[in-house]
Amino acid sequence: MTLFDRIVALKAAGDLAGASDLIPYTGFVGIGCELDAEGLLCRLASRRSNMGNTVLGAIHGGVVGAVLEHTAVMQLLWESELERLPRIVNLSVDYLRPALCADDLLARGTVIKQGRRVANVRVEAWQESPERPVAAAHAHFILG
Amino acid sequence: MPDSRPHAHLQPLVDIVTALPHYRELGLEVVDYAPGSATLRCAHRPELVGDPVTGVVHGGVITSILDSVCGLACFLGLDEPQAIATLDLRIDYLRPARSGKAILGRGEVFRMTRSVAFLRGLAYQDRPEDAVATCVATFMVGSVGYNPAGDGGVQP
Repeated sequence: MTLFDRIVALKAAGDLAGASDLIPYTGFVGIGCELDAEGLLCRLASRRSNMGNTVLGAIHGGVVGAVLEHTAVMQLLWESELERLPRIVNLSVDYLRPALCADDLLARGTVIKQGRRVANVRVEAWQESPERPVAAAHAHFILG
Repeated sequence: MPDSRPHAHLQPLVDIVTALPHYRELGLEVVDYAPGSATLRCAHRPELVGDPVTGVVHGGVITSILDSVCGLACFLGLDEPQAIATLDLRIDYLRPARSGKAILGRGEVFRMTRSVAFLRGLAYQDRPEDAVATCVATFMVGSVGYNPAGDGGVQP
């Protein structure tokens, strides 16, 4: 059974968190997935091993990028009926404020455009409040 | 006896940056470095995988290697130690990484100004010509950010 088939089965059962947990890398850095009143929310748990800046105590920029990418993929899987796993083409991350390792990092995505072959997704990540994003990204995915 | 290796004076800086927690967590090894450039290697490990069926590494690992190596190259391109912070990073994923193989990342300063550094990077496995991903990154120089010279090691 492919990863995509397993994700589709878990999604049908309403277990998107379980689908996210199938990916070994999400456990390595500590990314989880949950549903709330506003939809899908991804969360990076506070962990010292994710630190990339010991002067500010900030999360490594690559891990912030990984959270944004994972959130974009999960948002696509959640709101679209796809036939295979989306394949990332490119990712552009703007780092807006330091993301501190002492707190969880939260992220939510929006599918801006979904065509037959390509999708454009935007994601914002924050800590204290969604009005103060620490990073934002847009990414393209091939769907077909 | 003075160290005769080229750029040996940069070694302490390389050691401080590559000892940062997430550099160690990923197991990044230094392949080479020079003023304004660096190459790091990330050995394959099962926990870095994005698709457990195909064994292909997660895109976040490529992002982390490229941000790490561009950050290191940026420090190595400064005339004197200053704080840097990633302003933006754009990655093109050219092909999936082959499973079970190490990924190398190379970063180079393309242009350094007083306040912004412009870098280009490449992630590859066997040959740089057959790249897995390319990136462009800009870093703020001399503002709030990470400075190895001032690293007292924050404990969260």
